[in-house]
Amino acid sequence: MQTRQLEITVGFFMALGLVALFFLAMQVSNLASISSDEGYTITARFDNIGGLKVRSPVSMAGVRVGRVVGISYDQSSFEAVVTLAIDPQFNQIPDDSIAKIYTSGLLGEQYIGLDPGGSLESLEQDSELMMTQSALVLEEIVGQFLFSKAEENAMSDEP
Amino acid sequence: MLDLFARFGRVGLASLERLGRGHLLLLQILLGLTSLLPRLKLLAAQIHSIGVRTTTIIVVSGLFVGMVLGLQGYYVLSQFGAEDSLGVMVAASLVRELGPVVTALLFAGRAGSALTAEIGLMKATEQLSGLEMMAVDPIRRILSPRFYAGFISMPLLAAMFSAIGVIGGYFVSVGLLGVDDGAFWSQMQAKIDWGEDVLNGVIKSFVFGFVCAWIALFQGYDTIPTSAGVSQSTTRTVVHSALAVLVLDFVLTALMFGG
Repeated sequence: MQTRQLEITVGFFMALGLVALFFLAMQVSNLASISSDEGYTITARFDNIGGLKVRSPVSMAGVRVGRVVGISYDQSSFEAVVTLAIDPQFNQIPDDSIAKIYTSGLLGEQYIGLDPGGSLESLEQDSELMMTQSALVLEEIVGQFLFSKAEENAMSDEP
Repeated sequence: MLDLFARFGRVGLASLERLGRGHLLLLQILLGLTSLLPRLKLLAAQIHSIGVRTTTIIVVSGLFVGMVLGLQGYYVLSQFGAEDSLGVMVAASLVRELGPVVTALLFAGRAGSALTAEIGLMKATEQLSGLEMMAVDPIRRILSPRFYAGFISMPLLAAMFSAIGVIGGYFVSVGLLGVDDGAFWSQMQAKIDWGEDVLNGVIKSFVFGFVCAWIALFQGYDTIPTSAGVSQSTTRTVVHSALAVLVLDFVLTALMFGG
């Protein structure tokens, strides 16, 4: 009887530990939301991807439809090639959609937003997005601003 | 002058010898798995005394550590208007660092010291020699089950600590401080990665369980068989385990998240 009670408590202890691990997996981390190899992948080329990373979200109208699975660099065209995995239920995306790199919030992470086009054809496995818009790099914007300011000053000095 | 060098040498040789004895003991303990597998009841009894009885302190401290993380994190994050990230902060720090490390420290204090005292007293009262007289290998019969029990219990305890900590953080931030319920969980799920964060934390806790159990058993087995010797070994277990855990945590963190 003594050993039986001991075995029950040990079993309970181990079950509790595994439940805690399960909780960490499902509720705390993103194991539940990782879709397996289902769905399809498309590629897009960007002049500059800024701070985009693998696993960054891909969204349409603010709804998450997939994620970035690969980033590589094309040596011949000097562009970044981004591979996007789109979840299988989103199979009605027009193939002339525009991929843009946005930043969530002022300092947040970067993600890809798809703006739907008007085409009747849908995106399929391995299709490529033709129209893209690069990430906004803060230094470039500041640089342009300073440049235009300097130009303004030069103009006003002339007459 | 030469005496001084001689003393240095003696200390150095003695510690090297201890290190060697420790590794030999570890090898024998690990090999004891073969005779442990047919008798899992021994293991169950040790998991009960090492793991089950440590659960209370782990759960209570996990709850409070999570709650404090929620409060302190809110103080900093609210200055940037980033309270929604509170869930990420609480979960990341618990799963990656605090869960394994604090659990290991508590484990060394609660279970490790008890192990050392138990084994040390067995040695002091010559129970270990008694077993040997009966042709029972004390390492296989006494030390191995305790070692594997510690090795198994530690990750389970660390997982409980992290899970309870997240729940504690949830109560404080959503219940007390008014952080949005959905943002708390969704941000956490979006940023905490199963492989990168959770699994690495589990690996850490396995390493800590291994080291803490080893130190505790070696200190007990290697004790000077007097009351003063046992008390010294018990103290040493806690000190060495804590140091080993903190140093190893730095090394593991650098390996896992540094690159």
